Amino acid sequence: MIRVLTPLPVLLPLLGAAAALLVGGRHPRTQRTLSIAVLASVLTVSVLLLLLAHDEGATAVSVGGWPVPLGIVLVVDRLSALMLVVATTVGLGVLVFAVGQGSADGDEETPISIFHPTFLVLMAGVANAFLAGDLFNLYVGFEILLTASYVLLTLGGSAPRIRAGVTYIVVSLLSSLLFLAAIALIYASTGTVNMAQLAGRLGDLPDGVQLLLHSLLLIAFSIKAAVFPLSAWLPDSYPTAPAPVTAVFAGLLTKVGVYAIIRTQTLLFPGGALDQVLMWAALATMVVGILGAVAQTDIRRILSFTLVSHIGYMVFGIALSTAAGLAGAIFYVVHHIAIQTTLFLVAGLIERRGDSTAVDRLGGLAKASPLLAVLFFVPAMNLAGIPPFSGFIGKLGLLEAGVATGGWLPHVLVAAGVVTSLLTLVAVSRVWSRAFWRPPAQSPAADTAGAAVADAGPETGAAPTGDGGDEEPPDEDVDAGPSPRTAARRAAWERHTAVATATTPATDGLGEEVGSRRALRPLPQVMVGATAAMVVVTVSLTALAGPLYGVTDQAAEDLLDRGPYVEAVLDDLVDP
Amino acid sequence: MTPTVVLPVIIGGLYAAGVYLLLDRSLTRVLLGFLLLGNATNLLLLSTGGAAGLAPILGVAEPEEMSDPLPQALILTAIVITFGIAAFLLAIIYRSWRLVRQEVVGVDEEDRRVARRSGTDADEMDPDDLAPEDRFPAHADSLHTDRHVEELLDRHYAGIPSDDVDLPPTQGRRR
Repeated sequence: MIRVLTPLPVLLPLLGAAAALLVGGRHPRTQRTLSIAVLASVLTVSVLLLLLAHDEGATAVSVGGWPVPLGIVLVVDRLSALMLVVATTVGLGVLVFAVGQGSADGDEETPISIFHPTFLVLMAGVANAFLAGDLFNLYVGFEILLTASYVLLTLGGSAPRIRAGVTYIVVSLLSSLLFLAAIALIYASTGTVNMAQLAGRLGDLPDGVQLLLHSLLLIAFSIKAAVFPLSAWLPDSYPTAPAPVTAVFAGLLTKVGVYAIIRTQTLLFPGGALDQVLMWAALATMVVGILGAVAQTDIRRILSFTLVSHIGYMVFGIALSTAAGLAGAIFYVVHHIAIQTTLFLVAGLIERRGDSTAVDRLGGLAKASPLLAVLFFVPAMNLAGIPPFSGFIGKLGLLEAGVATGGWLPHVLVAAGVVTSLLTLVAVSRVWSRAFWRPPAQSPAADTAGAAVADAGPETGAAPTGDGGDEEPPDEDVDAGPSPRTAARRAAWERHTAVATATTPATDGLGEEVGSRRALRPLPQVMVGATAAMVVVTVSLTALAGPLYGVTDQAAEDLLDRGPYVEAVLDDLVDP
Repeated sequence: MTPTVVLPVIIGGLYAAGVYLLLDRSLTRVLLGFLLLGNATNLLLLSTGGAAGLAPILGVAEPEEMSDPLPQALILTAIVITFGIAAFLLAIIYRSWRLVRQEVVGVDEEDRRVARRSGTDADEMDPDDLAPEDRFPAHADSLHTDRHVEELLDRHYAGIPSDDVDLPPTQGRRR
């Protein structure tokens, strides 16, 4: 049963992508139904795989019937099955959201006939990376998902997307080449690329060679996972893409890198030789990432920086090399995939509602759209780790594991984790208080005044208090306003809108539209529905935290044991 | 088997040239650098197969005389991937040229914007950030210190507008 099911998460999306490309532009409705049906069936298969893998442990499948060291082998264990389930759930949610967005405005920025096949190819690549039983297949999985992601990131080919895409593509290419070079060196020194065989052979190598191979792999995967010194590409490239694309990237792509790091640290190099380095990297990732988030004023960029920052938690858990740490890291990966995707989807909704994701230009969303406010508030609190939610459970698990490990560096990391959590709260609550809670933008007149200031001098306008000479004297507003207090607020508002419009070279007409209430467009139901479903998923992670932690605990023990994985693959070697 | 020095030298040279080109701002050079790096990695993969031998076809050569077929299979895959991505990069470069008449790595405007804001508090709704006349009455008590600072600034930096953000003294005004 499990042998039949295992290749399906890779095969189904690939075949679906081909079919979706064929029906293409002529039958968009068929294409949408097809791709959703494909992903839904992949989700079913993944859930079945998780149930089976949880019962039976790791299973290996030789694709094409070639015996193990020669052919391609796919391995399902608790970790990969769990990752598959979460990834497909998230993918399905994002796809439904994208369908809603596409049918709502026929957006020419996301040519729908290309989007669906590429999205399915991306999901196939992700599934292939999770299931890969040898390093080269992992490389191919990475390349499939990366190539799809290049296309998705540059959809429509507008100037900002091309600019962001170039950074992303070049950095990804570099990491892929590093990974390929690492594979070459590993093959040269061990004579195999099969991970189960490598688990047995890498330990016999001289220490220096091991260190070289280990660090090459870690650098390649850290670029993909956006671990601190190698994370600068992420906040630059993610925010420009269409909302669903950013959401799925944020949820999945970095986590594939984290997954690869988990495999490297447990299966290939279990000695924990570079744990100290990883801990320092985790520390820097958390702190630098969250400081970046606090400094930003665009919701998508804030979220991108929190994404980088929270990768640090996972790396921290992995670097602890204990069952508790790994279990916490895996739980956190699951939680973070769901939560980050949801938040980016909500950011997409905010962009539709308020026509912007810059918190300076938004306001009054809580009153204008209470549903959207709830949809943002719940996952935002979850991200910050407010107690009942899964973010709190994941962080608590990691912090407990850190304290249990002892030593000064884990304790420093525990402290940094708490601080990062608090700063995350600062970052998201700032978005909350400014985009949702504060009064909405006032009259269009204020905006035209702001635009005039913007035209007069963007440099001076960039300071919040501005250059007084360019603005109207505040006395005028005091006279016009009903009370001194509201007048003062209003004058302050003019200055803020001046700042907001000054930051981008906005024309007068645009400035008017941004601020006016007409800009608050209604939200398509499908998009809201998909986002709400994702929010429910993130909340249900909290409700299911007990069983989920049971699975991750066992997955972590399997990882540290290495036995089940290696036996599952090498049993086939003896008896194909 | 005698190791050859030619391959390592070529691989090293290609890596060096590739990295050098990759660091350029021009996208065409970046592409060329990527191609060189890809070829260097392919050669590295090739060299992992050990000494050259006969074609690994059963019946043509004995297994002992064959060269290792696995690296060759890996290289073929890698070449196909490199080829496809190089084509995509070319398309991106062409698109960039069509859009902005230049094919260089662009400047991140948002980064610049954040850098410009660095002298200011990130939370612009902070009343202390507003000009004194804009504040709510409840914040009247903070006016005094500000006026005091303004006087100091006037005395020390006469003639310079106190809210010119590029000047260091204004940092003090916002505390």
